[in-house]
Amino acid sequence: MNIVLFANVLPLLATAPSPGEDPASRFIRLLTVFLLAMWVGFEVITKVPQRLHTPLTSGSNAISGVTVVGALVVAGSLTTGFGTLFGLMAVLLAMINVAGGFVVTHRMLEMFNPKKK
Amino acid sequence: MSSQAWINLAYLTASMLFIVAFKQMSGPRTAVRGNLLGAAGMAIAIIAACFEQPVTMSIAAHGIWPLLLLLFFAAIGGGIGATMAIRWPMTGMPQMVALLNGFGGAASMLVAAAELSSTRAVARFGEEARQAVAATSLEPWTQFAIAIGLACFIGSVTLTGSLVAFGKLHELPQFKKPWDNPNRQWISLALALAALFLLWGVFSTSQLLFFLLLVLVAAALGVTLTLPIGGADMPVVICLLNSYSGLAAAAAGFVIDNSVLVIAGSLVGASGLILTAIMCRAMNRSLVGVLFGGLGTTTTIDADEVYAGKIKSADTEELAMVLEQADRVVIVPGYGLAVAQAQHAVRELADVLEERGTSIAYAIHPVAGRMPGHMNVLLAEADIPYEQLCEMDDINPAFPETDVAIVIGANDVVNPAARNDPDSPIAGMPILDVDKAQTVIVIKRSLSPGFAGIPNPLFAADNTLMYFADGKKALIDLTAAIARE
Repeated sequence: MNIVLFANVLPLLATAPSPGEDPASRFIRLLTVFLLAMWVGFEVITKVPQRLHTPLTSGSNAISGVTVVGALVVAGSLTTGFGTLFGLMAVLLAMINVAGGFVVTHRMLEMFNPKKK
Repeated sequence: MSSQAWINLAYLTASMLFIVAFKQMSGPRTAVRGNLLGAAGMAIAIIAACFEQPVTMSIAAHGIWPLLLLLFFAAIGGGIGATMAIRWPMTGMPQMVALLNGFGGAASMLVAAAELSSTRAVARFGEEARQAVAATSLEPWTQFAIAIGLACFIGSVTLTGSLVAFGKLHELPQFKKPWDNPNRQWISLALALAALFLLWGVFSTSQLLFFLLLVLVAAALGVTLTLPIGGADMPVVICLLNSYSGLAAAAAGFVIDNSVLVIAGSLVGASGLILTAIMCRAMNRSLVGVLFGGLGTTTTIDADEVYAGKIKSADTEELAMVLEQADRVVIVPGYGLAVAQAQHAVRELADVLEERGTSIAYAIHPVAGRMPGHMNVLLAEADIPYEQLCEMDDINPAFPETDVAIVIGANDVVNPAARNDPDSPIAGMPILDVDKAQTVIVIKRSLSPGFAGIPNPLFAADNTLMYFADGKKALIDLTAAIARE
């Protein structure tokens, strides 16, 4: 893992969106985070053993349910009826994704664990 | 430190946990801990989200019930997800992952839609409502317009694509036949162009109509892209949809300006793309070839010429005798075994042979099963010891010293033409070298070709015995015949 890469990403993660920030620089800040995180992803998952492909798929699937964070924020703001309705549906679906993904991954990995047998 | 700083710190912690989780999930010894760390990161991020300003402001205005409402829906979703995960059979893992992917994609799309609805309300109600939502503006060519467009587009494609994949994998009758409309590529292309036009419309004008049309066109595109894909290509589709669901979450992160969504989403996007590349390489196919259907070549190899007079069919007793004399047996389970759900029957055959002192190994091709690594999970569920599961590169050198190789429900991945015939459509595809074993037993219903649609010279080889039967029944009969001796 590239230490320099981490050193670059960390300060970006800690940057809070400041109210005075103009839209273009906010976009570029998030784009930087996005591209560096993609790169971290490629670096971290270079050689996956074949027998872990299924748990990795379902585990990463669970992590993609992180959109529940966004769902909670938009649903919790209660600005409009539609906004709240969409937000609550998103909370529901994303939580199915999160809970289902992590639990099923755990179940699979336990089967691979020879000590349990 | 302001409360927003604490929330950001929590998001930072969650992001780091996700990265560590991914690192550990790619190692066999650390994978269980990796998954738990990922879950811990998710819990931290969810708790932090409940303290975000829009939520705390509506709590201040309406009392505690907004929070209770959120937790209620989260608890229902979590309950449904956990119940599904505990009950779902391991053979059905691909369709469960497909379904969950679809939910994730839909959630990202809904986040964008909700934010769009709130922002339009801000435009109508002015300053008072603006307090409650993040400071976003619906001007053309802003981060907001672009991100909402992309989140709607990717989320919608992910949703319908995943639902179709679920239908195909779950073998719903409506999806039994692959969609073979000769114009399907043109239909998909037209939809893709329409989607691009609508995306441009969304970016440049932010009209609500364009958003709605974009969601619809993207939904149709998800269907037309997934429908024609054959069963053997499903591993690629699962990986790709997984990647999309991550990218949809990242796009939703751009919409609400949230770094943990962007980071986790792009990590998933990257891992899905890596697995997609691994799967394509293992099948010797390009991603474009998989997505736009067929192998792209029409085969002219005559099956009769390859097979005529050379097929040796054997019955149960003969095969039992061959197996009894073998010291080293390698079992090659393929897609057909997963379909027949014969993993327990395989295990019983292996048990009988092991009692007689035969050494057993399983040779697993990277695309065996219906999703990446699926065969390993199926065999592990049948309590087959982990050490006996061998990857292709590890087992291939051992075939010349193998007495009997038993091929069950695999075809293209053991076709020596990939190695010997440079003109073959599958030339260069990595295969299991079963033809180098002393004797090869192929259990198969008929001589019908595999997904590549070409005859397999292995079936006509001198050292091959064909056993025409249903995989599961064949294994049970063989086990009984050996046990009788």
